[in-house]
Amino acid sequence: MKILIVDDFSTMRRIIKNLLRDLGYTNTQEADDGTTAWPMLQNGDFDFLITDWNMPGMQGIDLLRSVRADARLKDLPVLMVTAEQKRDQIVEAAQAGVNGYIVKPFTAQTLKEKIDRIFERVAAS
Amino acid sequence: MAEQNIINEEMVARTRALLEQLEAGDEDAAQESLDTLVRLRETTLYQELGRLTRELHDALKSFHLDARIADIAKEEIPDARERLRHVIDMTDKAANTTLTAVEESIPVCDAILDEAARLREDWGRFTRREMEAAEFRKLVKRVDEFLRQCGERAEGLRSRLNEVLMAQDFQDLTGQIIKRVITLVAEVEDNLVNLIRISGAREEESPAADKEKRDIKAEGPSVPGTRQGDVVGGQDEVDELLSSLGF
Repeated sequence: MKILIVDDFSTMRRIIKNLLRDLGYTNTQEADDGTTAWPMLQNGDFDFLITDWNMPGMQGIDLLRSVRADARLKDLPVLMVTAEQKRDQIVEAAQAGVNGYIVKPFTAQTLKEKIDRIFERVAAS
Repeated sequence: MAEQNIINEEMVARTRALLEQLEAGDEDAAQESLDTLVRLRETTLYQELGRLTRELHDALKSFHLDARIADIAKEEIPDARERLRHVIDMTDKAANTTLTAVEESIPVCDAILDEAARLREDWGRFTRREMEAAEFRKLVKRVDEFLRQCGERAEGLRSRLNEVLMAQDFQDLTGQIIKRVITLVAEVEDNLVNLIRISGAREEESPAADKEKRDIKAEGPSVPGTRQGDVVGGQDEVDELLSSLGF
C-alpha cells in the first residue's frame, strides 16, 4: 500500500505520516503542492492519495479533478484532509469525486475510521 | 478655457493701455489700469485654486467610494485581530497540552529507572550467589510484577507521545491564518500608499487602480468570532452533509 501525502505545511505531513505508520501504513511519500504531487502520481503507482485543499501552486481540489480526469489515475482513492469547511466546498469536493473529507483539527481516530471506510468500499466494488 | 482666453485678451489690452497712459503721463488712468490688471491676475488664481480643489475633492470621493476600503476598515481589520487572537489561543493550548504530556511522562520514566536499578542490584546479588532461596522467590515475583508494569507504562508513554504529536497540528492552522493576515496587511499598505499619492499629487490621478479581485475560493481554518460564511461545525457535520448527499 503506497500512499502519497500532499500538504504545503511540513508539520501536517509529518503528523499524518506518523499516524499512518501507527495504523500500519509505512510506505509513504510526501509532496508539498499539487504541482509537485502530479508528476509523482503519474510515475509512482500509488494506491492512495491524501491531500490538503489550500496550497499555493495547485490546490487540492484541482489535483483531485486532474486525477479523476486521467485515464490511469481516475480510480485512485482520494482523501482530503483540510481546514476548509464551508458547505459549498464540501459539496464541491464530493461532486469532484473525493472518497473522504476530514476537517482540521482532527483526531487519529477519525483518520483511521475514514481510511478504513474508504478501503472497505474499494474492496467491495 | 474660453474664459482664460478672454481674460488673457483683456490683460493684453489693459497692458497696452497702461503703457500708453504711462507714456502720456496720465497717472490716475495708469493706476486704474494697474488695479484692473491685478484684479485680472487674482481672478486667474482663484480659478486655478477652484479647479485644484475640485480635483482633490473628486479624487478623495472616488477613493472613499471604493467599497474595498470600507470593507477593510469595517470588517477585515477586526476580523484580522480576531484571527490573531485565535492564533495566540491555539499556540497556548498546544504548548500546554505538550507540557502536560511531558509532566505526566517524566515520573513514569523515573519510576521505571528506579525500579530497574533496584532489581538490577538484587539480580546482581543473585548471580553472585549471595541470595537465599526465599529471597530469590520474592525476587522472581518482583521481576514479574516489574515486567507487567513495564508494559502498562510503555503504553502510557506511547499514548502521551501521541498527544504531543497531535498537539503540533496548530502549526499548520496558525500558519494559514497568519498568511492571510499578511496578505491583508499588504493590501492596507497599498491603499495607504495610494492615499498618500492622491493627496500629494497636483494633477488629477486615477483613483487606486481596481485591485484585481482574485476569487479566493479557499478560506482557511475557521476562526470563531470572524465572518465565516456558511461553514460546518466539525467532523460530525461534515459526515452528515456528505451522507445527505448520498456519499
